[in-house]
Amino acid sequence: MQLAKVIGDVVMTRKDENLASRTLLILQPLAADGSAAGRTLVAVDAVGAGVGETVFFVRGKEASFPFHPTEVPVDAGIVGIVDQVDLAGSS
Amino acid sequence: MILARIVGTVVATRKDPRLVSNKLLIARPMDPHGKAEGSYLVAVDTVDAGVGETVLIVSGSSARMASGMKDCPIDAAIVGIVDAVEVSD
Repeated sequence: MQLAKVIGDVVMTRKDENLASRTLLILQPLAADGSAAGRTLVAVDAVGAGVGETVFFVRGKEASFPFHPTEVPVDAGIVGIVDQVDLAGSS
Repeated sequence: MILARIVGTVVATRKDPRLVSNKLLIARPMDPHGKAEGSYLVAVDTVDAGVGETVLIVSGSSARMASGMKDCPIDAAIVGIVDAVEVSD
């Protein structure tokens, strides 16, 4: 899993039937210190996250597991909202 | 998933039998602001997308969960046509 910041959302009318009523958010992956790291991506939301929040997300087919048994065609999904990150050795 | 713009089509006569009657499109990944990034890819279309449209592409084994793609040999599927992208930064 990886940390990311939610920076936006995607609106689609015509989409896969199993994506109906799913929220799709744009994520900017983060390094542990909170700086941007890597390309943005689109992820499905399984926890009620919103723009501006720091979250962690899972990549791959596992992103669809929160919606089991529905086979939601997603390869990235938000599975937690981060309250706090503590880094040993940082000051 | 990634955002991409459809830039072309692929025609293939000889192909895996499970790909018959599926439309293959060439997509250029882009960032949320519409700027192209990364290299082109071929994706199976499941939502009747066309050239010039912005779409959502699911990659890897998840692509097989797109409608009608069960057990098909694909690693990228177009699962939605994007109406709008809102970015806060």
